Amino acid sequence: MSDIQSETDLVYVRDEMLSQSPPPHRESGPVGWLRKNLFSSLSNTVLTLIALYVIWIVVPPLIDFALVQAVWSGDSRDVCTTINQGGIQPNGWFGACWPYVKDYFAQFIYGRYPVEERWRVNIVFVLFVIGVVPLLVPTAPFKSINLIYMAVVFPVAALLLLTGGHMEFESMIGIGRELAPLGSGLDFWIEYALLTLVVLGIAYAWARGTGAPAGGLLKLVLTMMLALAAVIFVLSLDLGLEFVPTSIWGGLLVTLVIAITGIAASLPLGVVLALGRRSDMPIVRFACVVFIEFWRGVPLITVLFMSSVMLPLFLPEGVSFDKLLRALIGVALFSAAYMAEVIRGGLQAIPKGQYEGADAVGLAYWQKMRLIILPQALTLVIPGIVNTFIGLFKDTTLVLIIGLFDFLGQIQSSFTDPSWSTPVQATTAYFFAACVYWIFCFSMSRYSIFTENRLRTGHAR
Amino acid sequence: MAAQDVLPSRKGSSGFSALNDQRVRGVIFQVLLIVAIVSFAWWIIHNTAANLRAQGIGFGFGILRDSAGFQINQTLIDYQETSSYVRVYFVGLLNTLLVSFIGVILATIIGFIVGISRLSKNWVVAKAAYVYIEVLRNIPLLLQIFIWYFAVLRLLPAKRDAIDLGPFGLLNIAGWYAPNPVLGRGFALVAAAFIIGIVATFVLRAWARRRQMATGQIFPLFRVALALIIGLPLVAYFVAGFAFANPPFSLEYPTPGNFGPRGGLRVFPEFIGLLMALSFYTASFIAEIVRAGILAVPNGQTEASYSLGLRPGHTLRLVVIPQAMRVIIPPLTSQYLNLTKNSSLAVAIAYPDLVSVFAGTALNQTGRAVEFILITMATYLTISLVTSLFMNWYNRSVALVER
Amino acid sequence: MKKSIVPLVAGAALAVSAVSASAATLDDVKAKGSVQCGVSQGLPGFSNPDSQGNWTGLDVDTCKAIAAAIFGNADAAKFTPLSAKERFTALQSGEVDVLTRNTTWTMSRDTDLGLNFTGVNYYDGQGFMVPKDLGVSSALELSGASVCTNTGTTTELNVADYFRSHDMDYEVVAFEKADEVVAAYDAGRCDVYTTDQSGLYAQKLKLTNPDDHVILPEIISKEPLGPAVRQGDDQWFNVVKWTLFALINAEELGVTQDNVDEMKNSDNPSIKRLLGTEGSFGESIGLDKEWAVNAIKAVGNYGEMFNRNVGPDTELGIDRGLNKLWSDGGLQYAPPVR
Repeated sequence: MSDIQSETDLVYVRDEMLSQSPPPHRESGPVGWLRKNLFSSLSNTVLTLIALYVIWIVVPPLIDFALVQAVWSGDSRDVCTTINQGGIQPNGWFGACWPYVKDYFAQFIYGRYPVEERWRVNIVFVLFVIGVVPLLVPTAPFKSINLIYMAVVFPVAALLLLTGGHMEFESMIGIGRELAPLGSGLDFWIEYALLTLVVLGIAYAWARGTGAPAGGLLKLVLTMMLALAAVIFVLSLDLGLEFVPTSIWGGLLVTLVIAITGIAASLPLGVVLALGRRSDMPIVRFACVVFIEFWRGVPLITVLFMSSVMLPLFLPEGVSFDKLLRALIGVALFSAAYMAEVIRGGLQAIPKGQYEGADAVGLAYWQKMRLIILPQALTLVIPGIVNTFIGLFKDTTLVLIIGLFDFLGQIQSSFTDPSWSTPVQATTAYFFAACVYWIFCFSMSRYSIFTENRLRTGHAR
Repeated sequence: MAAQDVLPSRKGSSGFSALNDQRVRGVIFQVLLIVAIVSFAWWIIHNTAANLRAQGIGFGFGILRDSAGFQINQTLIDYQETSSYVRVYFVGLLNTLLVSFIGVILATIIGFIVGISRLSKNWVVAKAAYVYIEVLRNIPLLLQIFIWYFAVLRLLPAKRDAIDLGPFGLLNIAGWYAPNPVLGRGFALVAAAFIIGIVATFVLRAWARRRQMATGQIFPLFRVALALIIGLPLVAYFVAGFAFANPPFSLEYPTPGNFGPRGGLRVFPEFIGLLMALSFYTASFIAEIVRAGILAVPNGQTEASYSLGLRPGHTLRLVVIPQAMRVIIPPLTSQYLNLTKNSSLAVAIAYPDLVSVFAGTALNQTGRAVEFILITMATYLTISLVTSLFMNWYNRSVALVER
Repeated sequence: MKKSIVPLVAGAALAVSAVSASAATLDDVKAKGSVQCGVSQGLPGFSNPDSQGNWTGLDVDTCKAIAAAIFGNADAAKFTPLSAKERFTALQSGEVDVLTRNTTWTMSRDTDLGLNFTGVNYYDGQGFMVPKDLGVSSALELSGASVCTNTGTTTELNVADYFRSHDMDYEVVAFEKADEVVAAYDAGRCDVYTTDQSGLYAQKLKLTNPDDHVILPEIISKEPLGPAVRQGDDQWFNVVKWTLFALINAEELGVTQDNVDEMKNSDNPSIKRLLGTEGSFGESIGLDKEWAVNAIKAVGNYGEMFNRNVGPDTELGIDRGLNKLWSDGGLQYAPPVR
């Protein structure tokens, strides 16, 4: 066919393809886009106008306040007050007072942590970033080493650096006190050794009872007890760091400590609760359901009230918890319940065949969970875990109601300083706080969406 | 078991071999768990009792009958300084329920509007909804409450000044002085007419539906219903007004006073601030739920409905949303519960809710932490459980019956 | 008392190190090298942190005086900010050694709560502040006003009693934190701000236009503010009590921060006993001879402390009033050192 056509010399037939002509002007370019997306019909036009009006009343005043009218430098309240109020700004001025934020910036980050010791907090921040970034990047290597670092090395290092270490441990049951003087440290270690022996004895009895080889189990228990001893030993070392009580921690430091400790503590607890809720044993299931539904049914603020005023009553006389630790316990229990539900979702999403397959190859319950089910389930619920973390991060603000100085609490406490007290102070501070929280939460939610998409392609058929 | 009988059991360990049976282990484990829980509970109770004794604080709910001695500004029921703590409890509970109830309604409306806007083909509308959601849900609620109460409401005029809203009363920093409805003698007649109108509408609807099923004729239900529900009370209003020579229903407007406007129905700024923050914050979550719900309805449903000739509005209302509701309702319930629990943040801006007046002020004045916190927690727990039970029941009733 | 945050040790129940509020606070304080004082979360003139986190104020100086009396060094004073709600728990549990946090001495606190008040470092009373343009000159004209106050304090009950007994109606807005009360009052949410009168002077500074507000003359309650310690430790109770008395006695005897060293050579036996050149009064409370000298060197005598923090020349501008020495017609009176 083509041969014939090319040979016949027909002048009225094109021999090349005509290039596409542009679409009509009204359908293309910005105008076309506007017509199609914004003004395609009367109702659409009205909607557009309403939306534009809403944007108009919200956005320009914000920009005006935060950038246009804002004061950027100065060293006292004068620059941020109007002439009527004793300052230098024209009457009716209303703008952000950034020099105040700059003056207080360090306190917003570290709280009242001593200035000369703040390098310790910085190191902890750096250690955290080093650990967490490779953990979040799915393609980064050495995941298991990384996990050990984050689960063991980092918490110990952080605790040591932030508090200054040199903690004193003392005997609890009194046997040690009989054998060694109190406060020497020896009393504690005697009891620790006794405890190790008891645990080893139980492990041995269990191994004998089930007929399993005792060696492996004993080795495992001994390693764990030794590791724990090493941690305690490191914490009790005197490294010459000044002791910094948690009562003067504050700002972003406290926010991060509460959020990260809360999530770290709630993860294992959540796994146990989720497994318990799906257990065959009715009492275990019942206990877990009651626990989960109790914490999910009450507001966090009552939990915090409880941990701050009731927890001290629960402990034996003379024993008291640090205020920060009390809040941490409340937050951890609370978020564990939510975490349990997230993880339960993951457990339910694992096909039954996986459970049955694991049973069929003869794995015991914990082997099955550890090797087959949990790795799959936990990967599946990473977005859920990140979302729980975002919720927890936002909820840390509540601790200011029980008198801890988290980021928002520290900002509020700066309002008491008469040298910066102006009518715009609170608005500036809240605007700043909103931006900081937003950046944290938004980037985490982006990460959650990223993992979600990654998982979705992984499971696509 | 059978296998064990065949195998020669090892000597000396036969007493322990039962440990290899999963059921036996299960029983042992559960018994241990019970023992652990009970002894832990006993330990806590024992310590608490010892501590309370040492501090000279008693335990008992008799204290609830004592007189409170402090004032509360917003009370839905009669309350005086001499009232008991029991009354404080009910005042707080009612305030919590009030702000939660109105908050739920507002959040649902805003959430649905924003969620549907998020899917709009209109670029500006969709993007505005997107920005709304991403900004509001990534800022802590407590901070939003502070922003509403300490920054936004601060823009209103001071207490002895007010914005005149005309028929809606006055607005200033001390709250909204809405017109207060005053009921006259003939009001019962108007109310009765209103109820009759509603009942008649329901009867009419049933009849219209039957007729439509039988004949295919559509009855203009909406217009008739409007006439019944609004027209009938209106007629009753005038009749009663003439019969008793005074209006059965009138509005009392606030008047300027020494310390700002007086009279009228006072809506406190703490209430407004909390309500706004709760509704807008929760709405951003509801919007995402609504969006997910609508996206969960297969596109084929929309296309089929278009091909049947239904207009977009009808498609959304009659085809998409009813199906989306099945996906939406469970997470929506938990958002409602969250809103109710979050209303406890009222304590930060002095709105007298349950936590603020009962677990806050009353607890501080008496020092009885255990009783007050236990009661507060039990109350929230009850609200949560009742709501979940109701919603589970509702959910079952709308769930798709699968073969 | 052991320096400790309770370590989180999983699995091993025995490894919880306890903070025990043991009887001998002075020994514990000496062992750890510092005095932990509970202070407010920010009340200008009494205890207020600046942007560098340095604390100043009358209560802070009282704490510094105690630290100086024990260690000869005012920097040994450490501060724990406490809310009104948690202050007593913090003292009972041993979180702080002494509570110098504008706390009213009442009978129930002195008995039921297991506290011992060691004296009064500021005689106060509850008052009212109103905007000038309200045109009110007496609290009795406040019928129908809305009142901003703190929750969890005696002020909330006092104000209820006052308005009720005068048969005036009012509306109360009670906030958890003092800053929130100030913010609400400043914005015009309330007509009246009520708290301890010293607090009113302090919070007035934080208002946008402090000069537009006036403090009404009525005092509706007695609020003696002073340091408090745990019951059952007489030695520590004496240390705190006598440090405060030493400052008051110093003012009465004319001993000041500047002349304290010269005064050691004074012939006045009262001064000699106070400054440790005669007798062994320091030793009898477990401190050294120089205890009072060190305390005075650190913060000055009571009058200097008052004038520096809240007196007429400061921003607060509070008149000595009831807090004058007894010899000048006030209530500040310290038993003699002898």
